[in-house]
Amino acid sequence: MIQALFQEKLHVLNIGLSSFADSITRAGGSVLQIEWAPPAQGQQEVGRALARLVNLLSVETANQTAFDAYQSAQPVLNGVGTASQVLPNIAERMILHSGPPIAWKDMCGPMKGAIVGAILYEGWAENLARAEAMAFSGDIVFEPCHHHNAVGPMAGIISPSMPVWMVTNTTNGNQAFSNFNEGLGKALRFGANGPDVITRLKWMGQVLAPALGDALELLGGVDLKPMMAQALHMGDEVHNRNAAASSLFLKRLISALLKTHIPAADIAAVVEFIAGNDHFFLNLSMAACKAMTDAAHGVPGSSMVTAMARNGVEFGIRVSGTGSRWFTAPAPVVDGLFFPGYSAADAAPDLGDSAITETAGVGGFAMAASPAIVKFVGGTPQDAIDNTMAMTHITVGRNNAFTLPALNFAGSPAGIDVRKVVDTGIQPIINTGIAHREAGIGQIGAGITRAPLACFTQAVSALAHSIGSSQ
Amino acid sequence: MARATKIIRNFYRDSVSLMQLSSTITKLPGVEQASAIMASPNNVTLLVEAGLLAEPVEAGANDLLIALQGNAEALESALTAAESALKQPSPSSTGNEQSRGMSPRSIEMGLGNLVGANLVLISTPGEYAAAEAFKALGLGLNVMLFSDNIALKDEIALKRFAQERDLIVMGPDCGTAIINGIPLAFANVVRRGVIGVVAASGTGLQQVTCLVDRWGSGISQAIGTGGHDLHRDVGGISMLQGLKALAADSSTSVIVLISKPPSPEVASTVLRAASGAGKPVVVNFLGADPDQVRRENIYPAATLEDAAAAAVALANGRIPEAGRASVTSPSITPLAPQQRYIRGLYSGGTFCYEASLLLKKELGQINSNTPVEPEDRLSDVWTSRKHTVIDLGDDLFTRGRPHPMIDHRLRNERLIKEASDPEVAVILLDVVLGYGSHPDPAAEMAPVIQKARDLASKAGRHLAIMGFVCGTAADPQNLSKQETAFREVGMTLAESNAQAVRMAASAVQKPDAVGGRL
Repeated sequence: MIQALFQEKLHVLNIGLSSFADSITRAGGSVLQIEWAPPAQGQQEVGRALARLVNLLSVETANQTAFDAYQSAQPVLNGVGTASQVLPNIAERMILHSGPPIAWKDMCGPMKGAIVGAILYEGWAENLARAEAMAFSGDIVFEPCHHHNAVGPMAGIISPSMPVWMVTNTTNGNQAFSNFNEGLGKALRFGANGPDVITRLKWMGQVLAPALGDALELLGGVDLKPMMAQALHMGDEVHNRNAAASSLFLKRLISALLKTHIPAADIAAVVEFIAGNDHFFLNLSMAACKAMTDAAHGVPGSSMVTAMARNGVEFGIRVSGTGSRWFTAPAPVVDGLFFPGYSAADAAPDLGDSAITETAGVGGFAMAASPAIVKFVGGTPQDAIDNTMAMTHITVGRNNAFTLPALNFAGSPAGIDVRKVVDTGIQPIINTGIAHREAGIGQIGAGITRAPLACFTQAVSALAHSIGSSQ
Repeated sequence: MARATKIIRNFYRDSVSLMQLSSTITKLPGVEQASAIMASPNNVTLLVEAGLLAEPVEAGANDLLIALQGNAEALESALTAAESALKQPSPSSTGNEQSRGMSPRSIEMGLGNLVGANLVLISTPGEYAAAEAFKALGLGLNVMLFSDNIALKDEIALKRFAQERDLIVMGPDCGTAIINGIPLAFANVVRRGVIGVVAASGTGLQQVTCLVDRWGSGISQAIGTGGHDLHRDVGGISMLQGLKALAADSSTSVIVLISKPPSPEVASTVLRAASGAGKPVVVNFLGADPDQVRRENIYPAATLEDAAAAAVALANGRIPEAGRASVTSPSITPLAPQQRYIRGLYSGGTFCYEASLLLKKELGQINSNTPVEPEDRLSDVWTSRKHTVIDLGDDLFTRGRPHPMIDHRLRNERLIKEASDPEVAVILLDVVLGYGSHPDPAAEMAPVIQKARDLASKAGRHLAIMGFVCGTAADPQNLSKQETAFREVGMTLAESNAQAVRMAASAVQKPDAVGGRL
């Protein structure tokens, strides 16, 4: 009953003229001013669609279902395979790339360079010019990694004979895949495709991957979630800082590697390779995150984001309740620090599937765990905490497995809710590396970026439409 | 004359803050005209029309646009000054966000910061307001919707949505309410008491609550419904909810309902509910025939003043008198023979309408921009004709400038114009106090009233300036302080609009009775 209001103390939320809030305060009332701006970048139709979704029971219930599936996922690294043999739908002449779908002619420099490198790696062409002509000809099918339950950092290239990590969510059996991390500098994922890059990829396929496969077989799989959780307590956010996680992983591997029948020289090379790459764990973190968020995908009515990915031209998101559709906007340029000799003018727009980590509540969302990361944007540890706290306002819940010491061991905010993003205008924060805009030069910096709002406004419209048409 | 513009992307400020900023920049040396607005297509068009922009700019509703006109050398520093003023933290952004890290950006986020939130006061631009109201209702919160320009179908949808959830939507276009003793938006600080009000008119609600306070009683709750609530298609949902809530409220013993005459179906529903409220209900349907309103338990009131008087009588356990039409005629210095007309310059829409109604009975045709009869509509609202009453709060006058309760410039200009008209005998003014209104209306108006009277007397005329102050002793502006300041410049004050109007009518009807002609 409305008269119940008369029995309570009046507490007012004020939206609009701030003088009204001042008056209520002066009159002795309780009021909080909302720092309001037109939602959905002023698109009224989206704003109205959003309004009907706020606190809608069917969406809340769907999100709880999706979030529970995400939260209860147990990603286990259970082996190494070859893409053509383990990815369910990869075709003979197919190359997977990061981000939402994109045609060859529209791809950014690093992605084109990486694809050419992958053609050379596969031996489909004997030189750069022929590889490029082949990519241009339409003889090769390009599809997003995400369409194959896979993820890859930066260009995210997976070609049929490349080795992939195999991760299984043992809670409901879904699988996720990722390629192997090549290290910093000239690497395929940044578009480098010279002989040294191809040679290293070959070594990874012929020596590194089989050795790790053997070791994993002895180990009987590695639980990735506890390892990520431990790394969060050691200063990683398992996206742009994986120093602790890579060490933890190597620590688990060494004894198993030594128990295999692999020649000692190869073991030494493998250990050296992993030890020399603080980002080695990144691809495992990504596959684990993919396994967790895929578990939450496909819940009708859910507004929870299950993928954020960039192809260097467009930023795309997928939402649990809107099926396989991508909602895209131009990829932003990353705000960050550049290696000597480079500047923002050299940077490719945001690139890679690695924002799957933020989608799963780590990376930028767990920045409070990793104060070292904010140095990329000249921030302070307090900024890192503030960034994580800001994400609590746009997420469905907290991941109790990923606790943050700086926040008194509260869980990391997780499960981005497209409604909340559009309603508050708070954009998901992403920690990321920066690739040179030209193929082959490699990483030129690292920093922080934010997912474009336009992706989320489209998702809200689509979700509203799907709910409206199902009622 | 040069122009300069600056666009600050994704930087939202409310319209009142921006008007304050615009007026600050306009006062800077070398600046002729200045405007700071959110760059919605409508606002951009306004600036082009005003000559501040040569052509539309590429900007949107979330971008702040500053446009200046003046001396080329002054504009640069004016833009800098404007920008630095904007980047100052807003004084109202206090609250407890320091401890929570981030000020709330949405209603849902605000709920986390304000424990026990139960009402959302919305005054965003109209095109976004309905969406915010839906969110509030979806989150289980009552709504006061100050914003206007909301489509009737949205109002209906909102009110039905609210009704299903046992929540109330006060508004749209609800200017005032007093809930649990807290004045909301344009409201006065009134004593608490046993009289509950439900009003479809903001100034009507203010008049009744202020008179109740003036006459020693108090208000339990004053609920605004917005002006369209008793439209046939809305069906009086909010008024019926308010009535029911007050009927059930043990702190309320008398109920007052205020509206323009509703559609017959809605009137009959509302009156049936009022008659069964179990408490005396005073009904002021402005301009309605009292016999059509009278029912068991219902006391019709012809004016807002009568409604307040009846409510006070009932609250004191007395039966209300039939009406308070008797008014002591003020002593008026003789009028010149050609001084025949009343010019009412109102800031309150309902006051203007009530004046039209009352004057029409006494004087015949009353021209207005918001006339009682369509044929009495002024063809040119900027020029009065014979007896004229103007609602300066009408959209026609407020487009691109603040409401006359906040900004007195337009009314002051019109006051001087009317004073220069030799046919004018009486200028009738309302002064509205309370939160939201100008902090010191007398300071703005009294010098102009003085000037108007001097102007007339130099031309050999005595000009009567009459009116009333709608306010209370506890209002931030202080009723008696304001009344004193107006009396000091020779304004004749009544307690209420109805009294002021009757006083004005008697001045032009009976010039002989007040001492003959010059």
